[in-house]
Amino acid sequence: MNSYAIVAENLSRHFGSFKAVDQISLSVKTGEIFGFLGANGAGKTTAIRMLCGLLEPTSGKGTVAGHDIFTQPEAIKNSIGYMSQKFSLYQDLTGNENLSFYASAYGLTKKNFSDRLEELSERLELAQFIDRRAESLPIGWRQRLALAAALLHRPRILFLDEPTGGVDPVFRRKFWDFLYTLAHEGVTIFVTTHYMDEAEYCERISIMHQGKIIVMGPPRELVQKQGAKDLQTMFIDLIRNRVGDRE
Amino acid sequence: MTVSKIRFIALKEVYHILRDPRSLTIAILMPVLMTFLYGYAISLDIKNVDLAVINYDNTSMSQELIDAFYASPYFAPPTQAVNMMDPEEILRKGGANAVLIIEHDFEAAVESRRPFQIGVMVDGSDNNLAAAVQNYSSAVISQFVKDQLPPNLEFPTVKLSLRMLYNPDLESSHFFVPGLVAVILLMICALLTSITIAREKEVGTLEQLMTAPVKSHQILIGKIIPYVGLSFLDGILVLFFAWVLFKVPFEGSELLLLGFGLIYVATALSLGILISTLVKTQQVAMMLALTATMLPSVMLSGFVFAIKNMPVSLQYLSYIVPARYFVTVVRGIMLKGASLNTLAFEGVALLVVMLILLIFATLRFNAGSAK
Repeated sequence: MNSYAIVAENLSRHFGSFKAVDQISLSVKTGEIFGFLGANGAGKTTAIRMLCGLLEPTSGKGTVAGHDIFTQPEAIKNSIGYMSQKFSLYQDLTGNENLSFYASAYGLTKKNFSDRLEELSERLELAQFIDRRAESLPIGWRQRLALAAALLHRPRILFLDEPTGGVDPVFRRKFWDFLYTLAHEGVTIFVTTHYMDEAEYCERISIMHQGKIIVMGPPRELVQKQGAKDLQTMFIDLIRNRVGDRE
Repeated sequence: MTVSKIRFIALKEVYHILRDPRSLTIAILMPVLMTFLYGYAISLDIKNVDLAVINYDNTSMSQELIDAFYASPYFAPPTQAVNMMDPEEILRKGGANAVLIIEHDFEAAVESRRPFQIGVMVDGSDNNLAAAVQNYSSAVISQFVKDQLPPNLEFPTVKLSLRMLYNPDLESSHFFVPGLVAVILLMICALLTSITIAREKEVGTLEQLMTAPVKSHQILIGKIIPYVGLSFLDGILVLFFAWVLFKVPFEGSELLLLGFGLIYVATALSLGILISTLVKTQQVAMMLALTATMLPSVMLSGFVFAIKNMPVSLQYLSYIVPARYFVTVVRGIMLKGASLNTLAFEGVALLVVMLILLIFATLRFNAGSAK
């Protein structure tokens, strides 16, 4: 089996003359937690959408779970789970209905679904709110529900686009503990975040700015190399210097 | 596999419909309300009626009378020659909208100033047309008689004997309400589906759904199916009210009409789905659905204006308006008791339009999600 779960070479996406993603290259190992950082509007979401098969790249190459992102988006969809910053399950359905909807979307059998539901509901503590409509749930619970939906079909790669936005620290901690166990089980995790403490949990990170990846590596090494006090100051300095470049 | 994916999308859509009682109430009450308002409020005018002639008299005077009819702007010879001698048959086969019948002895009667009757038989299912024919032919006949005789002479009584085929009491509602059913259903159906995908785009649920291995056509068809049920209910309500309130006769087969109704709502819902793939927000979807259905289906369906009186370019344009076919179907079945044979063209045309709409919607949906 391929030891790289995600490979991108010179991947670009242009919207007219605007280069939202400009020739990024990266490779993520199977079972790695990869932090995909960058300021708002840097092109992170566009890059993720290309890797998930939602958006066709303008140029470049890429494979996800061994499948080509140009020619095999359907195969990619079967091997990934996706959860975004915005709660994107159906508000007027209960947790259970949402999950069973996505189970059908991924073609799970009834038996598979009930086994998987039992397991996830225990690991993510879903039982207490699973029969309530999503609209009535606090945000932390909704995010757990969304994560469960993304994991139903046992994806080998999990794409998380700011999964912990607006959530309390206790929940964030639990969430990351859970990501660690998943990574131990061999799931590759590709995550964007604005929280630098979360970035430090990642094995490697990249920082994106105006469509390009400007640095990539293990967070501690990067901090040392840049001679910064910590990740937060490094991030701010990098972005600020770049902005200065252009002016 | 495909069937089960379509089914679960449809099931989810049923939940959405049932859990939004406000929208559901609107979806059911609006068409009923519109039937009331429009049904009581409309009426109109006509030219170039296709007039066939059965001339038993065969004199120069009867020929002059026929010429007088055709000389007026209101009557024209049928586009296809009619060789039948049974006026009912001419009307039923659609060769003409009205038949002028001149019995033998006409010339002799006028000359000897005996009372005489000229027969006109009209297709009464189009009540505007029937009323117009009545007025115009009386005018043409009395003018003709006046011209034939020297002044100061007493006119012979040449009377018009008008017979209606179908809709004999010439109720305007009998003519309008069936057409109304078509227009209202199209509007409601397009409105219902136009907001479904737009809503998912707005909320962000569509993006999540697209990360799952579900195909575009499965999503689109799955979304249409539950609304077929709801719209079909609307159709039954509108037809029921039309029948009860306006006492529109029901000559034909209820089952046949319901069958056509089912095809028609599915076509209209496909139009809504296409609109839905073109826009980003529910509000724009609603506006577009109303403008795209209301004007064309009122103007180009034959509901208000006869299609054959339109400029040729508009006549061609009318072929893509689904209401055009259903107006013919409802009038045909309710007023004339038309059978499946007579309406086969409309049935096939509706299915073709539905298919075209669905193909466009799928193409648009794919293109839109890859942007």
